[in-house]
Amino acid sequence: MANTITMSYEVPGGDFTRAGEASSSLKGSLKKMNVDPDIIRRVAIAMYEGEINMVIHANGGKIDVIISPDEIEMILTDEGPGIEDIELAMQAGYSTAPDNIRTLGFGAGMGLPNMKKYTDEMKIESQVGVGTTVRMKVKL
Amino acid sequence: MTIDEIRSILGAKYIVGEEWKDREVHTACGSDMMSDVLAFMKDQSVLLTGLCNLQVIRTCEMMDIICVVFVRGKMPDEAMIAMAKDKGITLMTTGHRMFSACGMLYKNGLQGGPAY
Repeated sequence: MANTITMSYEVPGGDFTRAGEASSSLKGSLKKMNVDPDIIRRVAIAMYEGEINMVIHANGGKIDVIISPDEIEMILTDEGPGIEDIELAMQAGYSTAPDNIRTLGFGAGMGLPNMKKYTDEMKIESQVGVGTTVRMKVKL
Repeated sequence: MTIDEIRSILGAKYIVGEEWKDREVHTACGSDMMSDVLAFMKDQSVLLTGLCNLQVIRTCEMMDIICVVFVRGKMPDEAMIAMAKDKGITLMTTGHRMFSACGMLYKNGLQGGPAY
């Protein structure tokens, strides 16, 4: 891949059954580009966790993916309630998800730790009442 | 262990994807929490779960999990079956509970991941 490719996805809010469509679409595109399967899996899992978070907490948002020769960058932007204490939110097991989300198999407080685990770089910028931007990079 | 050996050990029934019964499975994961599943990255795995919604199939797609065993007789809906078929994931159901189903597979040589 000599050039930089940018892809954008809208994540609809409120519809839990559709969460993951963007990650699924990206995964398909990366397969067609013959990206290494381990890299694809790491990118797909990190983005999927982010997508689930956007649906649960922020009524959806937008994801931009920038694929360059050296790395894949995912920028997840939402206009949700924001994260009050990012350090606390990063702790494995800490969750503010409502109980009904736990019955759906999420809200275990593993989303952000998993996103960090599978990426080479992760930065969260958040302002309460304004929204959150999560930037993740996976090196190629 | 093949997908069909798993079906036989658990007395399970195929729901979709019987055509992939000869695929080899190397590890297994048993959980109803998908974020726990997403923390576990292994090749050619089987997932045992009592959770029955579309995000189970999505999680498997992201993880490259090739087979799902629904425990306690759970049955996926049409949308889950269609997605699994499209993504090449075998689905089966067994009447055994989670603990028993995991134990039966472990006893027959299927391994989980390393300890945290």
